[in-house]
Amino acid sequence: MERTFKSPRAEYGKTLVALGQKNKNIVVMDADLSCSTQTKMFAKEFPDRFFNVGIAEQDLMTTAAGLSTVGKIPFVSTFAMFASGRAWEQIRNSICYSKLNVKICATHGGITVGEDGASHQALEDISLMRSIPNMTVIIPADSEETKQAIEFAAEYDGPVYIRIARTELADIFDTSYKFNIKKAVKLKEGKDVTIISNGDTLVEVLDCAKILSDKGINAEVIHLPVVKPIDKETVLESAKKTKRVVTVENHSVIGGLGSAVSEVLSENQPTLLKRIGINDEFGQSGKAKELLEFYGLTAGKLSETITEFIK
Amino acid sequence: MQGLSESEINSLTQSSKKLRREILTMIHSAKSGHPGGSLSCIDILNVLYSKCMRVVVDKTDKNYDKRDRFILSKGHASAALYSVMAQAGFFDEKELMTFRQLGSRLQGHPCAHKLDGVEVSTGSLGQGLSMGVGMALGLRLDNNDAKVFVLMGDGEIEEGSVWEAVMNANAKKLDNLIAFVDRNKLQIDGSTEDIKEIGSAAEKFRAFGWNAFEINGHDFNEIYLTTEIAKQLKNHKPTVIIANTIKGKGVSFMENQAGWHGKAPNDEQLAQALTELGGQN
Repeated sequence: MERTFKSPRAEYGKTLVALGQKNKNIVVMDADLSCSTQTKMFAKEFPDRFFNVGIAEQDLMTTAAGLSTVGKIPFVSTFAMFASGRAWEQIRNSICYSKLNVKICATHGGITVGEDGASHQALEDISLMRSIPNMTVIIPADSEETKQAIEFAAEYDGPVYIRIARTELADIFDTSYKFNIKKAVKLKEGKDVTIISNGDTLVEVLDCAKILSDKGINAEVIHLPVVKPIDKETVLESAKKTKRVVTVENHSVIGGLGSAVSEVLSENQPTLLKRIGINDEFGQSGKAKELLEFYGLTAGKLSETITEFIK
Repeated sequence: MQGLSESEINSLTQSSKKLRREILTMIHSAKSGHPGGSLSCIDILNVLYSKCMRVVVDKTDKNYDKRDRFILSKGHASAALYSVMAQAGFFDEKELMTFRQLGSRLQGHPCAHKLDGVEVSTGSLGQGLSMGVGMALGLRLDNNDAKVFVLMGDGEIEEGSVWEAVMNANAKKLDNLIAFVDRNKLQIDGSTEDIKEIGSAAEKFRAFGWNAFEINGHDFNEIYLTTEIAKQLKNHKPTVIIANTIKGKGVSFMENQAGWHGKAPNDEQLAQALTELGGQN
């Protein structure tokens, strides 16, 4: 099947411009990475409403908090490592504690950061953001969903963390798709195993499901873009049917999607679970695709792990 | 510029004594809190809320958006903020006695979503100035002439994030932002000069492009006049007022004692303090 690839970051930049035209209260902030995060598009269009704070991520988050208290809707971007790591306490105490209306749109999450290596590959951001009260955490899987998640964030009153993939991603959704903050998306019906994923691993999971199908394994595929608040119902319903759940994420297996799903299952309906992700280690340099392969996150590797798991 | 009249100064002297008594009574009642740094900054807060700031209590007032914003970045001096807010009419003085108790709106560190009039939640040091920069940027964008006041501790400016905000405020030319540093020269573990040697805070801010003044932070007229001058400065620079203060000011046994940073007075100590401050509250 012919696939079209698009850059979620470029989509983010374009969406910000469109939102900025509609709502003058939208302001955009960056910490010297506007060319990478694509907030430069907004900066060009609305220079008065764009604030580059320099290489100062703590200041970035807390200044955004201040802007939100006077009615602005700040969209704040930097790499996931610095957004969620360097400025974690600012996000907790200055933004989330008083449920301020700040949107953190972090790019360069996970190992697919690639060549820059471990120092820039945030494998803990979802875990860090998910643990803060009042925070909503979204990991879109393609450009269309990125656009809709950004549009959702602009309307929603409260802090949101969105992880925007670095690499170009295959289109999974078209404009008929409707992002729903409350609902996970069942992309394939199945009965033998439930595979839950999001972000840039979702397309690998879809391909993996095809490989499994050829082997006679009928996998159900659930896309869970909103890790918090999590759609328990869809997870439990599917687990009840298939009795086996696999989570696949471009993130540490500690604290992210896998943990969120395991919490839901363990407390409601203990189910055999396999978390696939980065196994409590740091990443390394390499091409994004090579790294996905190395860490077992490509369709082929996933199908091997899952086949073994459900034996 | 006209200074404060003698009667205004007398009135501030009396009200500051009362505020000090309330601070100590609250902390005594809660059996916890931060008397030292509350007493060092209370005169500044009193002058700001009584004389310098456009204070609007009622959220439905048509001028509510035009109110000046105050951020207590050194959130541990919350008792000082609450006493001055009660005086300004944000809530009844009786509520002061709920300070730090379960269910109270008067949290140990100021909480914006619990208590109207607290502009932002603070407590974790080094964040108030950035928030002030954000507010000042937003107000300027809306052509709102309200000013943003931020009070920091001198120990607090050891936080690196403060200097991120200092650089940004200068870069963004925010002359609607006025910061205070409560320079009481003490932090939890001792003298600020022994621990990280701040030296001339004013020179440090000037080096970053700010207007900087240095005053006696217990002299009502100096606080008033310098703040009024800062409000009128239109040279595209933010302003800092380094207020030399005495930690524990007004209570003989607390003055210049780091040990009173975060300790509540017992019954006898409270009684003595209240006597020194001219009354039993």
